[in-house]
Amino acid sequence: MYNYLDFEKPVADLEGKILELKKLSESGEAVDVGDEVTRLEKRSKDALRDIYRALTPWQKAQVARHPDRPHCMDYVQALFTDFTPLAGDRAFGEDQAVVAGFARFKGQSVAVVGQEKGNDTQSRLKHNFGMARPEGYRKAVRVMNLADRFGIPMISLVDTAGAYPGIGAEERGQSEAIARSISTCLGLKVPNISLIIGEGGSGGAIAIATANLVYMLEHSIYSVISPEGAASILWHDSTRAKDAATNMKITAQDLHQLKVIDGIIPEPLGGAHRRPQAAIEAAGETIEKGFADLAQMNTDYREHRREKFLAIGRTL
Amino acid sequence: MNWITNYVRPKINSMLGRRDMPENLWIKCPETGEMVFHKDLEDNQWVIPASGHHMRISARERLKFFFDNGKFETLENPKAPVDPLKFRDERRYTDRLRDAKSKTGMEDAIVNGVGTIEGREIVATVQDFSFMGGSLGMAAGEAIVKAFETAVERELPLVLFAASGGARMQEGILSLMQLPRTTVALDRLKEAGLPYIVVLTNPTTGGVTASYAMLGDVHIAEPGALIGFAGPRVIEQTIREKLPEGFQRAEYLMEHGMVDLVVSRLEMKETVARLINILLKSPLEDRIEEVTAKNDVAPAKSPESAEANAASN
Repeated sequence: MYNYLDFEKPVADLEGKILELKKLSESGEAVDVGDEVTRLEKRSKDALRDIYRALTPWQKAQVARHPDRPHCMDYVQALFTDFTPLAGDRAFGEDQAVVAGFARFKGQSVAVVGQEKGNDTQSRLKHNFGMARPEGYRKAVRVMNLADRFGIPMISLVDTAGAYPGIGAEERGQSEAIARSISTCLGLKVPNISLIIGEGGSGGAIAIATANLVYMLEHSIYSVISPEGAASILWHDSTRAKDAATNMKITAQDLHQLKVIDGIIPEPLGGAHRRPQAAIEAAGETIEKGFADLAQMNTDYREHRREKFLAIGRTL
Repeated sequence: MNWITNYVRPKINSMLGRRDMPENLWIKCPETGEMVFHKDLEDNQWVIPASGHHMRISARERLKFFFDNGKFETLENPKAPVDPLKFRDERRYTDRLRDAKSKTGMEDAIVNGVGTIEGREIVATVQDFSFMGGSLGMAAGEAIVKAFETAVERELPLVLFAASGGARMQEGILSLMQLPRTTVALDRLKEAGLPYIVVLTNPTTGGVTASYAMLGDVHIAEPGALIGFAGPRVIEQTIREKLPEGFQRAEYLMEHGMVDLVVSRLEMKETVARLINILLKSPLEDRIEEVTAKNDVAPAKSPESAEANAASN
């Protein structure tokens, strides 16, 4: 039924049993399994709650990367109407790791920028697993500038392991493209909100995540380097990613405590992949409330954003 | 000390040169293997005369070479939280920090100086690779922000010498946050109409290039400097093929449009001063007078004045 993560094994076993019992009952081989199913369902729910209440940072990383987790386009399709994606950086090409365009959110015009990882082999290849090349960031910059010109608020949906490390990406200025994207995003005169929906991987994430309000989903992660990358540098052993994840403070809860993000969006029991619709709805509510709060502030959004980022770390 | 530190440290020390090994009078050129007398090398700003290979230099030396008569005012670096993540790998991060401090005599990887180049007053901010690989953490980020703020306050151009392996992993997300933080500071300098010149030195990689090091009005690189976002090893592992000759070197970046000029360290001051003077439309006559005035005083690399200055700081 689900792609179970290895630490979800107790739940997988229970849910497997429930499924079996239901099948038996349907085929008429067993009578009155109702009580047993109810009992097992309660047990499995309790197990799930216990597991998810105590997820370790490394387990969170696995949930954040879960293949069934809702991705950028799932949010776009559920939360916006009239979504019109724009393509290309007007310099070299089109990078489908980055989704960028305009849409309506609750009827209002918004700009949308995000990274899409894809859901199956074909779409993953198409979106390069959410790892953007310079063209992707330059397309994002284009849309940010357009949003600013027309006074349209922006929403960014962050979900990337990081920017793509390749020869072409380096030659075409991956670093400059990210730097420019950070600068453009920070300099927006319109209000913006950023959501880390899965993985917030390093420079590739921060490129579009400097917002007036930054939120993370409950089981998403956000880090300076992937746990695997950190482990291979610190211990010359990428299999120690678990230790790196624990040390680096990458969970939404840690980042909220470090005052790097403004809030946490709750996920349904067992993670966003169990009930994507519920996670997306919660995200939508957060965005709506966020923009309402920002509108009430009625401030210089660029200055607000700049001061907010300058203040990070100063009060720890 | 494990075998890694044993293996790596002497290598870095030999590049930095004499501080720890006064007996080591001859230095080997990493490119040609030629042996060069250390005094000749120092007089040549640690550029091997024959091969033109640029050796790594400390932030303080850089400032001494760069500013007129080796004189400058050192800006005091702001305090930043230390080890907010309580990070440890094999060792505690606080222990690593302590070692880096005692090894380099620095508080962190950034030194900010205010002084003149060819008579023009500027702020220079220099990253020192010998302090934990020049990595960008909260203290370094705060020091860079301070440099830009000082430049805006005093209405001075800013020249930044980048040298870094990237963000400091031991500070996790807070080191990543230095990308936007430094960017805010440099954007404000640009908005104040002041020039921001970046000098990319060997090596400048990772998060540093994804922020202030690639947002200069003009990008100058030292010859042969390794400059890139992803490290060569990471790229090789990802694509599983050999990288092209000269990949991510200064000249390669210039060819691909990411760097304006590749300039020898020996000509850096003159080049930067010329650019800044043109950008700020300072009249030619003023400059000539200043240069003449400068030539009347002591030669540029007077060690006494530099030492005296260092002591007074």
